[in-house]
Parts: sequence; C-alpha cells; structure tokens
Amino acid sequence: MLLNGDEAIAWSALDNGFSLGVGYPGTPSTEVLETFGALGGRAQWAPNEKVALEVGLGAAFARARVMVTMKHVGLNVAADPLFTVAYTGVEGALVIVVADDPGMASSQNEQDSRRYAIAAGVPMLEPADSQQAYDCLARAVEISERWHTPVLLRITTRVSHSKSIVARRTFEPAPAPQYERKAAERVMVPGHARPAHRRLRVKLEAIRAWAEEDGNGTLLYAPLEGADTGLRGIIANGISTVLAREAAPNTAVLQVMMVHPLPEQAVRRFAAAHTQTYVVEEGDPVLWESCVLAGAAPVRNPPIYRFGEMSVARVTRLLAGETTPETPPPPGKPPQLCNGCPHRTAFEILRDRKAIVSGDIGCYTLGVMPPFQAIDTTVCMGASISAGLGLRHVLPEAEARRVVSVIGDSTFMHSGLTGIAEMLYNPPPTGHVVLILDNGTTAMTGMQEHPATGRDLMHGPAHKISIEATVKAMGVPNVVVLDHVANPQALNDTLDRAANEGGLWVIIARRPCLLAAAKIKQYDAANAVRN
Amino acid sequence: MKTFNIVIAGLGGQGIVKASDILADAAFRSGHDVKKAEVHGMSQRGGSVNTDIRYGEQVMSPMVPDGAADILLVMDASQIENNRYRLKPGGKLLTSDCLGSIEHGAPRTAAVAMLGVLSTSLDLGVPAWHAAIRAALPEQHHAANITAFDAGRAYARG
Repeated sequence: MLLNGDEAIAWSALDNGFSLGVGYPGTPSTEVLETFGALGGRAQWAPNEKVALEVGLGAAFARARVMVTMKHVGLNVAADPLFTVAYTGVEGALVIVVADDPGMASSQNEQDSRRYAIAAGVPMLEPADSQQAYDCLARAVEISERWHTPVLLRITTRVSHSKSIVARRTFEPAPAPQYERKAAERVMVPGHARPAHRRLRVKLEAIRAWAEEDGNGTLLYAPLEGADTGLRGIIANGISTVLAREAAPNTAVLQVMMVHPLPEQAVRRFAAAHTQTYVVEEGDPVLWESCVLAGAAPVRNPPIYRFGEMSVARVTRLLAGETTPETPPPPGKPPQLCNGCPHRTAFEILRDRKAIVSGDIGCYTLGVMPPFQAIDTTVCMGASISAGLGLRHVLPEAEARRVVSVIGDSTFMHSGLTGIAEMLYNPPPTGHVVLILDNGTTAMTGMQEHPATGRDLMHGPAHKISIEATVKAMGVPNVVVLDHVANPQALNDTLDRAANEGGLWVIIARRPCLLAAAKIKQYDAANAVRN
Repeated sequence: MKTFNIVIAGLGGQGIVKASDILADAAFRSGHDVKKAEVHGMSQRGGSVNTDIRYGEQVMSPMVPDGAADILLVMDASQIENNRYRLKPGGKLLTSDCLGSIEHGAPRTAAVAMLGVLSTSLDLGVPAWHAAIRAALPEQHHAANITAFDAGRAYARG
C-alpha cells in the first residue's frame, strides 16, 4: 500500500488490535484518527489534548491498547498528565503520537517534542518513513506492555504527509482489557510518587539497554555508493535519515529510532569507527546533545540549521560546514480566507471599528492578512479570551473599550471555557466582549467535529453542547446569537451596545463554514434518518 | 534506474494533491519504489500548493531536491515563476495553457487531463494510470476523468 505516515500509524493500530484512539485535530496529526475511524477502529475527538491523554491513560490502566494523537503544541496542553503517567506507568499500551512541524507549515511555533521525552522520562520512537511509522507503533506497543510505560511516537510534517510503500504484518492478538487495583502505583501521593520516580529511572535504563541492539533502537546503513571509509559518519533521526543518505551516498548513516533513552553504546561504537561524526537533525540539537553526553564527540552544527526543515541541499551544506546565508525560495501565494468565508464579514466589521482584537488559533487567524489586518495578537488555543482580559485590565479606558476577544467554536470548546470563568470572576472595569465565530466545524484542520457540533468523529449523531446555554449558565449577563453574514448591521449594533454599556458580553456569530455547509447538511440528514 | 522527479504546483482547490496521489499510485502499480510529499493545513486556504513525486528503484528523500525536477507541471499561470527553480537544467516545464485545446479540460477534470499530457513523458503504462484514477476517485467520476486523461494524452501525442 502507498500510505502517508499518519495513515500507516492508523493501519498499524488496527493490525495491533488497539481498543481506542483519542485526540484533538492538529496539522499534521489529524489523519491518524480519521483513518483509524474510517478503518473501523474506535476513534474519538476529545475537547482538548489534556482530556484525550487522560482518557487514554485510563484505558491503558485497564490493560487496553490505546493511542492518543495531537500536534506538537497539543503536547503542551497534555503535559500535566504526561509527566505523572510516566510515574504511574500503565497496564496495557499507551502510545502518544505527537506530530511536530519544523518549518511551521501550519503552526504558531516549531517547538521540538523530543525535549518532552527527556523532561518527562517517557521513551520516544521516531520513524523516517511510512513503513517505519507502521512498525514503530508495533514497537511502541511492545515497549509499553513490557515495561508498563507510556511511549511517545514522534512524527514530523514530512513523515506525516509523505506517502511511501507500506507492507502490513501480522501481530499477536491484543490482551483483553481487565482491571486490577494497584493504588500504590496509580495514586500519586508523595509517598507513592517518590518510589515511582526511582522505578521510572530504572525502567528507562532497562529500555536503553534493550535499544542498544541494532534494529531495536538504531539502524545502521552502509554507504549507498562505495565502501565505508571510516572517515565520516552521520548520526540522524526521523526524516533527516533519508535526506542524509541521499545527500551523502558515500557515507555510513546510523539512524537513531529510540530518540530517548539514547542507545549510548551503539552511538559511541559508531562514532569510534569514524574519524568525524556529524549529527543531522531538524529542530533543537537534541540528538547532538545526547551524543555529546554519550561521549560520541560529534561535530557541532552551525546554529542556522536549527531553524526550519532539513532538505537534501541543506544537509549537503551542513556537511560542508557552510554558514553563508541561505537563499529563501521565491515566495508563493500566501493562504487567505476563502472567498465567501463568513469570517471575512466579521473581520471587515472589526477592521472598520478599529477594534483591538485578541485573536486565537484557527482559519480566522488569517484575519491578520490584508485586506483585513484585523488581529492584534495570537498566541495559543484559548488565549484570545484571557489575553483580551489582560489588555482590558491595564489599558486606559478609551482603548480598553476597543478590545474584543475573537475565538472559534472548536477552539472555544478546547480552551475557552476557563477564559469565560476568569472573565466572570475577575471582570475588567470596562467589562469585556468575547466574539465567538461559530462556523460549526474545526475548519482549519479539515473540518473535524467537536463537542458543540452534535456529531462524533465519524459524523454520526452525538450530544450537542449549546455554547449559548453554557455561557448563560456560567453567568454571562449579555449573550447574543446572530448571523453576521445575513445581518452585518446586527453585529455592528451589538458591538456598539457592548462598548457603550460596558459589562460582560458573549456574542455568538453563527454561520457555517462555506466548505463544510454542504457536508454538514448531508451528515445531519443521514443522522435524522438513523434516529 | 535513476530516481525520476516530478513537481506539480498550483493553487489550493485545483486538485493538485489528488493529481499527485494518482501519479504516485500509477508509479507504485508499475512496480517502482515511490515517495510523495505535500504540505497540508494552512497552505490549502487558496495559497500556493505544490507536491513532489519521486519514483525509481530506491527513493530516499520524499521531497524533490531544488533544481532536480525532471518535469514541473504548473496548473496556474501565477505559479510558474516562483516554482521554476525546482526544475533541473534542461528539465521540462508543462503548463495548463494547453487545456483550452483539450476537449475535456473542464475545471473539474483539468488536473487529470494534465496528467494525461504528463503521461506521455513518463514510462508508466496506461492501465496503471486508469487503475490509479479509479482508485483515487468515487465511482460516479470515473468515466469523466478517464475520458479527460485519455484526451490529454491524445493531445500531447499530437
């Protein structure tokens, strides 16, 4: 089969008998769960990544095989359970699939998830192509069940969204879920957590020892052309492995699949067999630092190579020690809000009102582009509401009244509710206005469902949370629902009232995403028949 | 055999990704090692889209190195100049200019018609192409797309 990395992981989850896949959409990780669901696996979107990981660890306490999927920034949201499930361990298999985005094709930063593996003490595997992605999930199950530890499976944009050939394999059937009480391992009071931390470090050393064997934690590739001269060797991880093999066909390459804990002896042995050892990696110098600690004394890369994606040309430059500025590719046409997108009307109105817009993550972040240029800040999921409150707290009154928090429906379900709680608990003197652009879908990642759409991951019927009823029940005094495309004046008038009267406002501007509208009608019609 | 490199470029919504899936599958069905790279997400919102397809005995990088494309197929005139650097010296540039002369170059099948044009420069058999088109599209679109592919191929053969 010709599969991309995400699809390969989904097929592997199916073939390895996973009971559950749970996550939150995020490019480039989204297709893992969509494919798993389409193949008949039980796949669910959670409101956010923290909830997803908690559902996953509960299932893994009950001996199930479960995967939790997210993009790199999602792991920040899930970091709280991550650090402690490393202590508790699991009974079944818990695999956290995290997709990094070096070069930021569709992200707000290019943080490196390998740091999380080291910080939390969770083993991390990283594949270079789709076959390895398929195999690494099976490997992660083996490690997770043998050492009762969660395992991180890191992929990057070019592994997620590149297709290559995959051969399926057969595996032992998964054990049936069952529960056994082990409170000393799973209730992390200090008295339990202190020995748990010591157990974790012992486990990691045992896993490191297992990973020393070639084929477990590393793969050694002889040069594609000619013999290994012993002069130069390359240590690489993930996609950089194939880039290095192509850029330096006369050089031996050691691929590190077990990013953490690093198989130190294997790395040292490889370095000792070569006069000079280079490390080729994207992102932070994580592999380089680990190799230094292992005593492999690799060449230090010039700092320019930690930015953006690697390519065959960049690896060639790196190996030549080239530090001259790199020529950026000619600019293409930047993304923009679709013609007919309901967000366009909202941002025209906000622009013309000269609002100070505290923005959020989604398609509507494109409101920063011309001809709107109507967003002032975007940091992370949910920050629109809380950062808007911060602006309101300290700005002079006239400016404070111009501040509007703008957030989408899926992002609101992900991280907006706590912002509303903060707004009600610590209201700014001028009040505040939250504008929820409710287009009925998670549009940016490809129109996924969420808890306020009334449909599950496979678009079947599910409970629909009412955003307006929720914020009213929390105590927001002024809640207005309108269709700003049908009636732009209504949005303008409501924003006028909110600015003049002060107080706390949630305005829900509801109009379906233009791309999703026809699909939503189809799903709802099919679900009505089913009911 | 050496690795053969194709870059398909255009704008979001032109069927670039689907066309590259069909090409990669046709190469896979012809027994080659294949890799294909694309960028999703934000770049799909009407912005530039390009996909790289490589096939041969053993493919390493899924991305075509700059200046190494044997063929650059561009589906939108605005995207020619910014992608020209992908082409190797002496490589072939195919643009969608000829679509007006192809009977089935209608917007919905334009990308597949251009695959027909492209197919005359590649050593992949017509049955593999047809099977790849069928595998990539819902059944109700099979006939129109195979007709468009054949029309593009016939046009290019002159």
